[in-house]
Amino acid sequence: MPDRAILGRFIRPMLALIVLVAIWQIILTVTGVPRYILPSPMAVGCALIEQRALLAHHAVITAIEIVAGLIGGILLGLATALALARFRALRRTLLPLLLISQAIPLFALAPILMLWLGYGLGPKILMAMVIIYFPVASTGYDGLRQTPQGWLDLAQTFGLNRRQRLLKVQLPAALPSLASGLRMAASAAPIGAVIGEWVGSSQGLGYLMLNANARLQIDLMFAALVVLVAFAVLLYFGVDAALRLAMPWQQDRVSADD
Amino acid sequence: MSPPGLLVRQASLTFGDRPLFHELQARFDAGSWTCLLGRSGSGKSSLLRMIASLKLPDNHHLDLETSDGAPLAGRLAWMAQQDLLVPWHRVVGNVMLGAHWRGRPTSTDRQRAKQLLAQVGLTDKADQWPGELSGGQRQRVALARTLFENASVVLMDEPFSAVDAITRLELHELASRLLSERTVIMVTHDPLEALRLADRILILQGDPARLVSIPAPEGARPRPLDNSELQRRQAELVTQLRETTDA
Repeated sequence: MPDRAILGRFIRPMLALIVLVAIWQIILTVTGVPRYILPSPMAVGCALIEQRALLAHHAVITAIEIVAGLIGGILLGLATALALARFRALRRTLLPLLLISQAIPLFALAPILMLWLGYGLGPKILMAMVIIYFPVASTGYDGLRQTPQGWLDLAQTFGLNRRQRLLKVQLPAALPSLASGLRMAASAAPIGAVIGEWVGSSQGLGYLMLNANARLQIDLMFAALVVLVAFAVLLYFGVDAALRLAMPWQQDRVSADD
Repeated sequence: MSPPGLLVRQASLTFGDRPLFHELQARFDAGSWTCLLGRSGSGKSSLLRMIASLKLPDNHHLDLETSDGAPLAGRLAWMAQQDLLVPWHRVVGNVMLGAHWRGRPTSTDRQRAKQLLAQVGLTDKADQWPGELSGGQRQRVALARTLFENASVVLMDEPFSAVDAITRLELHELASRLLSERTVIMVTHDPLEALRLADRILILQGDPARLVSIPAPEGARPRPLDNSELQRRQAELVTQLRETTDA
């Protein structure tokens, strides 16, 4: 039974992928789009193999940015959520500010970060952090606020202080809500890093894509994109697996849903 | 651990503009089991929450005295209609939830939790997740968690109303045995439950409500169902409860 479940989980996405590649090839053959607009799947595959050293070098840079941004954004978002739940004064001042900050387009922020922090890894990590921070902070805070009253009653009769209540009751109760924020964050993190690289950099997959585009190496550009997508997928499943480990009591229910 | 008696005075509760009750007074004898009956919306659960000093949205006031003069906080256990098991601890962890939440449970805590699980007949479920238990089993874990607190005063808000009839009867026997020697106040809407378990029955009735005290039937708790007096008293009690809305 589990064998079949695993098979189903991997085979269906694979099939979808194969169908997608087939459609891609059919469009090429039928319409005769020039190679410099849309390369063939085969050409992209060749680029992936031939340029693997180059791709790997830039992929490592982007991976560092994404992971560092993810960790930083999650920690900062979680700290904000806890602080907001704990201090009323902070809620009144910081919450509206946090909402307003979401109206700032990230693309507009990127050049400013470059200006302040230069062209290194720093501003890219910061971009990824910024994009991750809000979903984590807001879903975390929502979860902390919506602790069922019954558990708070118990906490009170157990004689907990506010700090114990926050960390032992509200935080675990917020985990399911926080988990959806973390999954969102995982899929958004690569976007932040790549935006940072596009605005100004000398390394990373985003830089490689821009560079390849300028030189009309469209197959290399697509190859970089494929690596980036693979990152995003890996990251999502990695975070998902970590969340399952953190919430072992939900394991049965989750696999039953699959 | 000799349990204190409780004296409630000046208990008032206003729901919006409507006073539910006003300056009520009640005495709960040390080591006795009192059942608080009343129809939905009579304010019986609110009164219990007030005694436990739990959060209430409405305007309320209550003076509470204990027979030994010491504060009630710290020797009070709470059991609600929902089992309130937390999904992130296993069954044994839920029994010693108080120890988990106040810090880190010791091996003594764990031992005691296992003993309590044995007393409620769930030894083999200790390492399962609460989600794997039936409703009756979950409520038994909740009972074990309540006992773990080793509190001399136990407040229960319709603790057995969410389980099926047979399970409820079994829980009565279990609770009655395990909660002896404690001052128990239990809110219920089930007259039969009150007649089986209580040393004294209080009915919250009228508008605004008054507390009417009714002596419990003879015999040791939990009183058997086939007791003919129990059946007769149940009919009486139902009649009395129905009158309250007509008045």
